[in-house]
Amino acid sequence: MADFLNTRVGAALKDAVLAAVVTLLLTSIMVGIKTKTEQGGLGIEGNWSLVAWMVLAVLVGRFAMSLLVWRGRNPVANAMQSILPKQETVGKIGKFVGPALLVFALTLPFYGNRYVIDMGILVLTYIMLGWGLNIVVGLAGLLDLGYVAFYAVGAYSYALFAQYFDLSFWVCLPLAGILASFWGMILGFPVLRLRGDYLAIVTLAFGEIIRVVLLNWYEFTGGPDGISRIPRPSFFGLEFERKGGFADFFGIPYDSMHRVIFLFYLILALALLTNFVTMRMRKLPIGRAWEALREDEIACRSLGINTTNTKLTAFALGAMFGGFAGAFFATRQGFISPESFTFMESAIILAIVVLGGLGSQLGVVVASIVMIGGFEVFRDLQDLRMLVFGLLMVVIMIWKPRGIISSRAPSVFLKEKKAVSGDFVAEGEG
Amino acid sequence: MSSWKENPILTVEHLTMRFGGLVAVDDLSFEVGRSDITALIGPNGAGKTTVFNCVTGFYKPTEGRITMNRSNGQSYLLERIPDFQIAHHAKVARTFQNIRLFGGMTVLENLMIAQHNKLMKDSLFSIGGIFGISSFRKSEKASVKKATEWLERIDLIDRADDPAADLPYGDQRRLEIARAMCTNPELLCLDEPAAGLNPRETQDLNGLLRSIRELDKTAVLLIEHDMSMVMEISDHVVVLDYGVKISDGDAAFVQNDPHVIAAYLGVDDDEVDEAEAEAKVANAEGVKS
Repeated sequence: MADFLNTRVGAALKDAVLAAVVTLLLTSIMVGIKTKTEQGGLGIEGNWSLVAWMVLAVLVGRFAMSLLVWRGRNPVANAMQSILPKQETVGKIGKFVGPALLVFALTLPFYGNRYVIDMGILVLTYIMLGWGLNIVVGLAGLLDLGYVAFYAVGAYSYALFAQYFDLSFWVCLPLAGILASFWGMILGFPVLRLRGDYLAIVTLAFGEIIRVVLLNWYEFTGGPDGISRIPRPSFFGLEFERKGGFADFFGIPYDSMHRVIFLFYLILALALLTNFVTMRMRKLPIGRAWEALREDEIACRSLGINTTNTKLTAFALGAMFGGFAGAFFATRQGFISPESFTFMESAIILAIVVLGGLGSQLGVVVASIVMIGGFEVFRDLQDLRMLVFGLLMVVIMIWKPRGIISSRAPSVFLKEKKAVSGDFVAEGEG
Repeated sequence: MSSWKENPILTVEHLTMRFGGLVAVDDLSFEVGRSDITALIGPNGAGKTTVFNCVTGFYKPTEGRITMNRSNGQSYLLERIPDFQIAHHAKVARTFQNIRLFGGMTVLENLMIAQHNKLMKDSLFSIGGIFGISSFRKSEKASVKKATEWLERIDLIDRADDPAADLPYGDQRRLEIARAMCTNPELLCLDEPAAGLNPRETQDLNGLLRSIRELDKTAVLLIEHDMSMVMEISDHVVVLDYGVKISDGDAAFVQNDPHVIAAYLGVDDDEVDEAEAEAKVANAEGVKS
């Protein structure tokens, strides 16, 4: 028996049986048992034939694969390596992907339908949030698990200013950014001395505090009821109304799509502004100081860099873009409640930054499209979508443990701009 | 004789540093001459790095006063100001025993970060920089030029665009010195600059340190275990043992000081033999009983 297990066929069989058992354990809970409404309560419905098919498929498939395709140690990673593109090719493709995506985004409203444009708005919002968080996590190396707090501050700033003072979106947008960056600094002060896990816990708590305050301060924020009828943005004073608005002014027939397209371009402009400022900042002394802070804080101080100010500017700037995105979110939805600003949102934004590659602007875009877009594409799979989604993340992490784009572009060069391999770049201690 | 006492750049008076019950440095006083290479030596655990950390602000001393007298006449009490201001205003730069470069950044970027404060001011604290004002661009160019000059001096110009972590050990040591020098210091503190270098690299380092003293008019304070190097380049040597200064003078004086020979370079071989013999007897007795 032991001899048989040591042969190739035996080992493959053993491996296949193990995989089948794991599949059985997983699928029997997730696929095999379903709840359904019965008279007098919930009932359970079995779906065991599907489970049997899945287990069989894994058993046969795994056996065949390990016998015919996978050889050597760590077969999955090796197989992935050969299927997926190499780092150098990714770098070469990367040069064209950015401009191509920009052209795609600019022209999307001309051929996309309502659903596609709405999706575009959603993805762009997350791209903007990812870029904002990238300043804090990717460049300065400060792990922030409560980024959604600034998104909430931005959204509630606009909603409350509009409700109490009747201010327009364009006045509130900068105000939302300023208030969010102010809160960024308020978070920044207590966490200046914290690093690593401690920093993560405090930022996580901060995000929850903001949400709980919004939830419980009923007289001011409306608590769980949220704030509704938030004014929609106007096109330089022209409302998107049936009469006397944007359409009338330009003499074109009214179409409800105008507002959606306008919102799309608005978030695109905001996201590009975020990108522009971040790219610019990276080449300025402050941006270099952020990255130096991520690499080695003590060395920074020995060179006369005021690490307090450097950290606070990173927090404030990252929070400001979160605030802009929040104000946009409020005006797009027309209704906000604390439900939209749970920890899950922070986790998704952080996942986008980490999967994309810390500090990489293009990586955030790709990860947002994959994560937010992918989530939508697999909507038909219902419950299985989480499974597919998890699988996708595992695949990315096996293929690229440091994110899709892990190399770092230097901020200044003498003769030749060489990308710094991700292996050298520190992830930051905080 | 004792030229460092006349116009010292750094005066350390009654410096004491306690960590809980442990006294790492005990009532230490010494001077660093303005145009000297001063070495701080002593056996392992003598408190040399603690003195460095006090001078550069990474520790706040329990007692004592550290005065930096800049060449423009200004004086700074280093025990009272935060570490980053010591580098920025008091013009004291340092390197670390375990090299602390920004490994994921290029060699050139490392030298640019050292010029952070000047660039920050010229970019109008980033606001002018975002709009690309010309004075900032000029300043950036000047900083690159300065970095280039230093890269030529330490012979790393060909590797300017490589990540710092990719350099061999000796190059990393030199880069760290160049980075510290890019902050325009008046006093450069080096924590074991020759550790891990081969003899030829140590010779190059000696040349570099001499040029820093002569060309850049920067005083050098260094901790070192390589005695041949210390004796070759130092104008002034301070010897520590268990946090106490046991000798202070020029290289020749220190070499012949009986305290140093006893405490640092070790006692005579005869005495060691005697001690070992005693230990053997004690052991043997222990076995018997």
